Amino acid sequence: MTDYLVPGILFLTAALALRRKENAYDILLGGAAEGMKLLLTIIPALILLLTAVHMLRASGAAELLSQWLSPVFSRFGIPPETAMLVLVRPISGSAALAVGAELMAQYGVDSPIGRTAAVMLGSTETTFYTISVYFGAAGIQKTRYTVPAALFADFVGFLAASWSVRLLFP
Amino acid sequence: MLMSWIWAGITGLSILCALLTGQGNALSGAVMEGAQAGLTLAISMAGSLCLWSGVCALMEAVGITQRLSRLMKPVLGRLFPSTRQDPALARDLSANVCANLLGLGNAATPLGIRAAKRLKRGSTATDELCRLIVLNTASIQLIPASVAAVRSALGCRTPFDILPAVWLTSALSAGLGLCAAWLLGKVCRL
Repeated sequence: MTDYLVPGILFLTAALALRRKENAYDILLGGAAEGMKLLLTIIPALILLLTAVHMLRASGAAELLSQWLSPVFSRFGIPPETAMLVLVRPISGSAALAVGAELMAQYGVDSPIGRTAAVMLGSTETTFYTISVYFGAAGIQKTRYTVPAALFADFVGFLAASWSVRLLFP
Repeated sequence: MLMSWIWAGITGLSILCALLTGQGNALSGAVMEGAQAGLTLAISMAGSLCLWSGVCALMEAVGITQRLSRLMKPVLGRLFPSTRQDPALARDLSANVCANLLGLGNAATPLGIRAAKRLKRGSTATDELCRLIVLNTASIQLIPASVAAVRSALGCRTPFDILPAVWLTSALSAGLGLCAAWLLGKVCRL
């Protein structure tokens, strides 16, 4: 059944668009071009950041970091291997993507750690970037409790990612 | 500027750790290997990412956005009481949330900023503005296209099997984040 989900979405959206007399193919093309543009803008960052991630891993720094943070992470039930991802996620989106992809490659995409990394990436945002863009554009100087509340939401996200993967993929 | 410090810090830290653990050889190999891995990842993501960006654009075109905004109206009205007097604000806000839901980050940001400007009262963030930011930093996504692209690039046959976990996680993080904002708003009256 789930095998037909993704192809089904492709057909259903196209059929709905045709019923509304929309040019489905052109819209798909436009969206795909947007996706390509987005990818092109992040490729240079992805290359630099994966270089950095590989350096951290080869030098043993990544392992030291996860060992060092392991007591804290284990207490909350977050896999310590994801330490670097958790630290970098609120600061840089492409760095988080690089770290997460590396975790998935290293431990396997369908491993608990690989899945946790994927869920963390998919359900959190680049918090500091978002805050600076919004408040910068709106001209807000006093941010009051926005940063702690947003970071708390991220923390809940990391916890829930670890727990939900354990629950849904036993 | 921040990224420059991070970059310098990472390279310096790697050298230091390599010296301590005697991994100098592996470190120099990792530099080229990492750069190549970055490009390889980007290229193998491209197909899936483009396809899903297209599908998300199509979903928006067939009116999912309107349907979702009707569903969200009661919730948004409660979270942002100003929307009751300001229909333009209500439109921008629900379009912002919908664009986030469909993973159209490029479309979501300008809409969110427009809503933020309408919510703004002076140079201090209001409770509603804080909630808007928390909602945007919590990222509720129906289809996390780039993560699915990474997964299929790495050989995953079912890149979307994490969807329920992603939905559960983002709902929890957004919900509890908003609760935290509400509580902090009661405590902090500046």
